[in-house]
Amino acid sequence: MIEVNELTKIYKIGDIEIPALRGVSLYVDKGEFVAVMGPSGSGKTTFMNILGCLDQPTEGSYLLDSIQVSEMSDKELARIRNQLIGFVFQTFNLLPKMSAIANVELPLIYRGVPKRVRRPLAVSMLELVGLGDRLLHKPLELSGGQQQRVAIARSVITHPKIILADEPTGNLDTKSGREIMAIFQALNDSGITVIIVTHNADIAQYAKRIVRFLDGRIVADETVSVRTIADRNESLNNLIAGLQDEVSGEVKAG
Amino acid sequence: MNLLECISVALISVRSNKMRSGLTMLGVIIGVAAVVIMVAIGEGANLQVSSQIQRLGSNLLVITPGRTREPGARTMGAFGSMDVLTLEDVEAIRDECPSVLAVAPEISRGVTLRYGTGSMQTQLIATTPEYLSVRAFNVAEGTFFTNEDVRSAAKVAVVGQGIADGLSPGENLIGKEIKIGETRLSVIGVMETKGQSGMMNIDDTVYIPITTAQKRILGTKYVRTIYAQARNAKSMSSANDEIVSVLTTRLGKAEAFSVSNQADVLEAAQDVTRVFTILLAGIAGVSLLVGGIGVMNIMLVSVTERTREIGLRKSVGARITDILLQFLIESIVLSVVGGAIGIIVGIAGSKLAARVTGWPSAISAVSVLIPFAFAVAVGLFFGIYPASRAARLNPVEALRYE
Repeated sequence: MIEVNELTKIYKIGDIEIPALRGVSLYVDKGEFVAVMGPSGSGKTTFMNILGCLDQPTEGSYLLDSIQVSEMSDKELARIRNQLIGFVFQTFNLLPKMSAIANVELPLIYRGVPKRVRRPLAVSMLELVGLGDRLLHKPLELSGGQQQRVAIARSVITHPKIILADEPTGNLDTKSGREIMAIFQALNDSGITVIIVTHNADIAQYAKRIVRFLDGRIVADETVSVRTIADRNESLNNLIAGLQDEVSGEVKAG
Repeated sequence: MNLLECISVALISVRSNKMRSGLTMLGVIIGVAAVVIMVAIGEGANLQVSSQIQRLGSNLLVITPGRTREPGARTMGAFGSMDVLTLEDVEAIRDECPSVLAVAPEISRGVTLRYGTGSMQTQLIATTPEYLSVRAFNVAEGTFFTNEDVRSAAKVAVVGQGIADGLSPGENLIGKEIKIGETRLSVIGVMETKGQSGMMNIDDTVYIPITTAQKRILGTKYVRTIYAQARNAKSMSSANDEIVSVLTTRLGKAEAFSVSNQADVLEAAQDVTRVFTILLAGIAGVSLLVGGIGVMNIMLVSVTERTREIGLRKSVGARITDILLQFLIESIVLSVVGGAIGIIVGIAGSKLAARVTGWPSAISAVSVLIPFAFAVAVGLFFGIYPASRAARLNPVEALRYE
């Protein structure tokens, strides 16, 4: 699914070169759930941006779903972000003037899916993350946990192969954080590869594998031995079933 | 992302910032309205001047003493002696120019008219009966003076409607006696109302036989102007040539007089009003330009303010062209809506200006569509820079922007 080799990234600020990644190699298989950990400045966010095709590496290769990404144009990268990748951010990054539905259907707008097709999809996606009664609420009318669930609905509406989440629970209380991790586990169980960046060791325990960064390098790569499994309610089972249905169903055509 | 989708995204953003969008549009509204109003006033002036000149009468040639120095200044500024043309010249033109249908001399000047104890400043026109057909005037009541009156320098006068109303409101002036200086004149007719012409009101004019003016009031044997009417539009140039040849023979040199026709006068006057219109439109255009700069300013603010939104849109798959279109359409929406409102305001404003000031105004499709098109172009032009700045934002930095 993801294969990076000797990835380096050097930021230039004036004449000063700041290396953010100093040769990172990693292989992530389909269906994995990886937690990326490390102190601030260790390069994990830069790594995620490159995985998410938001940024290009200075050197090294990046194969995503057997596609060589490191040589693509802006336009092709935009298409990959739209079709293969779902992003979840620490600060949610919802558009404040738009309703939950409008936020969720945003990626489909850029895919050219007509409104009559994407609107019901956005509704069912919000229902699957448990926000069926908050469809028309604006982000500021929702709690942090609810906003993050809207953001997750937005990231999965395109049926991505990978979800990249940068500190998804960083702005949430423990309870909301657990609920969000339950959703990620459900998404992972439906077959989506999930990679999250986190500071929080407890949150990392929800993953199957932990990769540790330090000073732009991977210093540890271990399987989680005692994995935390979130409580799963009825709606999350529906989410898994719903995603699997839609992946195999006609919706993929959009 | 298709165009409709782009437009709806732009509309959402324009609507969600009503105050700011409104103020931005105000610049465009004022600009477009100013252009519409100024052009309407200019066009109106043009129409008024044209209609006044055409109201002189049809197929008219105007013979004046002296020679104008520059061909461009045909209508005014004659040089040389003013005492050149006489009634004999009028007779000669009538007899020797087959293309001329009618010919009438004119002396005009301001006089004080007295009736009973009242008096009034008016325009005196001394002429012959043919003046009526040459200038397309009619008598409303009574009669105009006859050729016999001209021959005998009869002490008769025909007054305009304005004089009749001004000197003796409610009373029929016909048969009464009025005085110009010490000369008593008997009123024999009242002219049809004609209205304003340039600086003077035609209705405030008194008409007397030319000989009466020459002998009894002014003491001159010359006439100031001769109006000659050609048989039809086609015979204008032959009439012109005949008059020039007759008068050159009689006066000895072609420099002693000049003949101008309506088309020349009209053209010269229209040149003046056209310059006037362009000047006004140019001044108003500057304010439209300022409005456009306002649009750019707000779009730049909007791009900065929405940096994170742009980053987010890019992260979910928006291409450079999607972002470019979004912001470009937003600025076009601002200027199109502003332009449309500006046209409405401009039309209303020019009607109001016409009513309040009494100036005429004329609104044509062109005078409305050109500023509108200009407003759209302004939106497009001033939208390109902010939009391309938005489109070229690096998504990583945009998402991190606080």
